[in-house]
Amino acid sequence: MPKFILLKHYAGEGTPASAWTPQEFKAHIDFQIDLNRQLAENGELVDAQGLAGPDLAKIVSFGGPGAAPVVTDGPFPETKEFLAGWYLVDVETAERAYEIAAQASSAPGPEGKPIYERIEVRQVMGAPDVDA
Amino acid sequence: VSVEPPIEDLLRELAPQVLGVLVRRSGDFAAAEDAVQEALVAAALHWPSEGWPDNPRGWLIQAAARRLTDQVRSEQARRRREERAVEFEPAPAGVSGIDDSMLLLLLCCHPELTPASAIALTLRAVGGLTTAEIAAAFLVPESTMAQRISRAKQRIAASGARFRPPTPTELPGRLRSVLHVLYLIFNEGYASSTGDSVHRVELSSEAIRLARLVHALLPADAEVAGLLALMLLTDARRPARSGPRGELVPLTEQDRTLWDHGLIAEGVRLLTTALACDQLGEYQAQAAVAALHDDAQQAAETDWMQILSWYDELERLTGNPMVALNRAVAVAMVDGPHAGLALVAALDDRLAGHYRLGAVRGHLHEMAGETSVAAAHFRAAAAHTTSTAEQHYLTTQAVRLAGRETGG
Repeated sequence: MPKFILLKHYAGEGTPASAWTPQEFKAHIDFQIDLNRQLAENGELVDAQGLAGPDLAKIVSFGGPGAAPVVTDGPFPETKEFLAGWYLVDVETAERAYEIAAQASSAPGPEGKPIYERIEVRQVMGAPDVDA
Repeated sequence: VSVEPPIEDLLRELAPQVLGVLVRRSGDFAAAEDAVQEALVAAALHWPSEGWPDNPRGWLIQAAARRLTDQVRSEQARRRREERAVEFEPAPAGVSGIDDSMLLLLLCCHPELTPASAIALTLRAVGGLTTAEIAAAFLVPESTMAQRISRAKQRIAASGARFRPPTPTELPGRLRSVLHVLYLIFNEGYASSTGDSVHRVELSSEAIRLARLVHALLPADAEVAGLLALMLLTDARRPARSGPRGELVPLTEQDRTLWDHGLIAEGVRLLTTALACDQLGEYQAQAAVAALHDDAQQAAETDWMQILSWYDELERLTGNPMVALNRAVAVAMVDGPHAGLALVAALDDRLAGHYRLGAVRGHLHEMAGETSVAAAHFRAAAAHTTSTAEQHYLTTQAVRLAGRETGG
């Protein structure tokens, strides 16, 4: 079965979670937990992780031979969008991966309405197809 | 056929004993450890269907010895054995009466190893867990964990550490390393014992089992008893520590009827005996704080005055800034939030950017009625934590306070 990574991009659109009501925030978290459980029960979940906030992110590059790594704070201030986390799923078809991504994107926000989070779906490279 | 828990328990109990015999015979820790693992896997596979042997320990020793012999017969192993013969010089006189399991623990927690390697090796060689089980507990692929264990064994061999009792001057330092590794294993399991992390809970149970073993071997050591007491007094609260969906429930809001009062009673007994030895150390002091929390039937009944005096001791013993931060909370509970906040301010440099600074500030400003400042600190803390459960908890505090901001 092909594997897909579903990358959750936080685009800074809409009301930030810190301005939601406690009930709205709880409903959002409950939705995520339920989705994880559902994918696990389906036998489709490989991994799901959230990333620590972008305040803690660093941009690192090779410093040259014998030199220390070059480490700067990142992402750059003008970048409004950042990677918030991912699901790695093992599914029958690409369509199923899109379905899961759409479901994840329907997580509730203020007033229980879907937040329409943007989710990038990428297939993970694997073994070559077996010749028929 | 699945392995029944009683078999698993017995195998884990026998693992260090069998390994001790094999290492003693062969002088090769790494090879003996591999052989014992294979024997344990064979036992788990065969005993449930073919019946238990009359002498499980003898069966395992024989099975492991056979595998070890096969290994030693190979050319490479023979060469290694010849090299090793040189190493069998008379060792300096070690502390007498130290049991094999303890020698294994001392070796697996050798200060030459990084904590991550020592943890993995201890769980396998002394805990009798399989590489797959350890890998699952630490959420890494099995091949990664196998490599970590194998490198740890190489590191021990390269360091020249031997399966022999430490000298009386070495023993205290080596024992401290063992206690630290067990403490880390416990925390790894306890800190993540929320949500679906069922595998990880086993790490806490395993740490408690190993601490019980060390306590049984060294009953007169006050810090060993202190560490075991600390684990029991902390683990007792686990049932109340997370809600139905894995959300963190802070100490003040826990349903204290869910606490395991049997564990608390045992922890208090252990701690009382340890403190009477008059050899205070950091584990006993931490256990004393845990015992005082456990003793309060409601959060409001907590004896903060006594907790503060234990934090005074702890800060003196460790000089750890995280202890100083916890002490600031105790000061706030005794002398008011602003007294606590003044102490937190002094920790800004030493704990720069740590989310716990923001979390404590949020808590203390809320105590002072300064809800909007408190909300801002909780938000900042949420942005700096690396734990999902903490992040949800801190954001929940921020949104709760944001709903009724009244200045400050």
